[in-house]
Amino acid sequence: MEYFLLFISAIFVNNIVLAQYLGQCPYLGCSKEKGVSIGMGGAVIFVMVIATPLTWVIQNYVLVPLELGYLQTIMFILVIASLVQLVEMFLKKSVPPLYNALGIFLPLITTNCAVLGVAILVQRKEFDLGLSIFYSFASGLGFLLALVLLAAIRERLEVTHLPKSMQGVSAALVMAGIMSLSFMAFKGMIS
Amino acid sequence: MVLTSVLSLLALGFFCAVVLSAASRVFYVEEDPRVEAICEALPGANCGGCGYAGCEAYAIAVITDPDVSAGLCCAGGAEVTVAVSELSGKAAGGDDPEISFRRCVKDQGKVQKKFEYQGVQSCTAAGLLQDGPDACKYSCLGYGDCVKACPFDAMYIENNLVIIDPEMCVACGACINVCPNHVLEMIPRRARVQVFCSTQDKMKAVMDVCEAGCINCMKCVKKCPAKAISQVNGQIKIDQAACLAYGPDCAEVCVDACPRDILRLMCPVGISAKAQEAAEAKAAAEAAKAAETETPQPTA
Repeated sequence: MEYFLLFISAIFVNNIVLAQYLGQCPYLGCSKEKGVSIGMGGAVIFVMVIATPLTWVIQNYVLVPLELGYLQTIMFILVIASLVQLVEMFLKKSVPPLYNALGIFLPLITTNCAVLGVAILVQRKEFDLGLSIFYSFASGLGFLLALVLLAAIRERLEVTHLPKSMQGVSAALVMAGIMSLSFMAFKGMIS
Repeated sequence: MVLTSVLSLLALGFFCAVVLSAASRVFYVEEDPRVEAICEALPGANCGGCGYAGCEAYAIAVITDPDVSAGLCCAGGAEVTVAVSELSGKAAGGDDPEISFRRCVKDQGKVQKKFEYQGVQSCTAAGLLQDGPDACKYSCLGYGDCVKACPFDAMYIENNLVIIDPEMCVACGACINVCPNHVLEMIPRRARVQVFCSTQDKMKAVMDVCEAGCINCMKCVKKCPAKAISQVNGQIKIDQAACLAYGPDCAEVCVDACPRDILRLMCPVGISAKAQEAAEAKAAAEAAKAAETETPQPTA
């Protein structure tokens, strides 16, 4: 039950993009087409699920024993950036189809704040390792959901007659705001 | 305290660096440097005119597959063909340069509007409604679906008709299939004659809606000594290869035979006068240059 509630909470109630305002850059940048947004969402899930347990280990077996909690941000960025590079090389060699699908997005996620945000959030919430992995996966799904929804709306907007000043990113920002507002309705469903 | 933080950060950074440099050796993927070089030589518009999914896919194919010609990039033209053939070690197989051609002169035929169309401004949408707003259902609708499809800015709309800029057109073929009325056709640049109408209707039906259109009287089909003209699906079709192979000996009897003056010598129509002049000047300059360097040129 705890897992189920966490799942719903991470996707809808505390959606990483729409409720916590993390990862806005790929949210606006990669939401012009549905295909691209799905690729980006998949890459984010992938990186989050790998990066969160690694940072969890760093936090609990390096930072806490050495009493270096204040180095959390810089350490996590360092680890995540190296990890993404490593994963990119590995995919290029071993799984070329996956590399072709995610390849162009992986460097973009290197210092993505959504990935870093989830890594830090699981520390704040003091999850254990299993729950951290689960939470990062659910958060990634929430990111994917927000991205695909916005991409779908923006694809529709492409064929409408908007005033010139509203075309492109300005309309997307308004849509993002309205989407965020509507996701506020989930607030309080799960505390 | 300071020392611990600096040291631990250094240690982690060093560890990451070692792992990454080791990984870059372990996971090293051998990439042919020629692929990148060819990608740079190609126009990079990813138009798909070569039949591959983008420039990179073509570059890989031309390197790996010995049967793939170096001259498939119609967008880049002769220069790119030469560059690609040098880089891939293949002989340049440059084909006849082609150009997109609009088979409609509805402005000269005074084609009436059946109704005022006020829907989505696209040919596809307009063509779906009652066969389009024009009285002739084989006309250029003029909402510019081809203009949007053109990756090279070679097309524009003028007087509700699409104009193809011969200097910009690289014959990638992106426009051909987006036209709902199939008005556009790819023809060799040195084509001598062409039917300036794409109708598939019979005499009376064409006469009713257009003063200029082809009435499918078949006179040109009978006159052509090269048997290069035929009627396919109710539309007059010129086999340009056969026509060019026969040469100018026929004195263009098809043009003289045409009672509607719709089978014409290729020149001004479909191309704005200014662009035509520029193209001629360019061709003349190139011919002069070719004469100077005495390089063999394809018969023009």
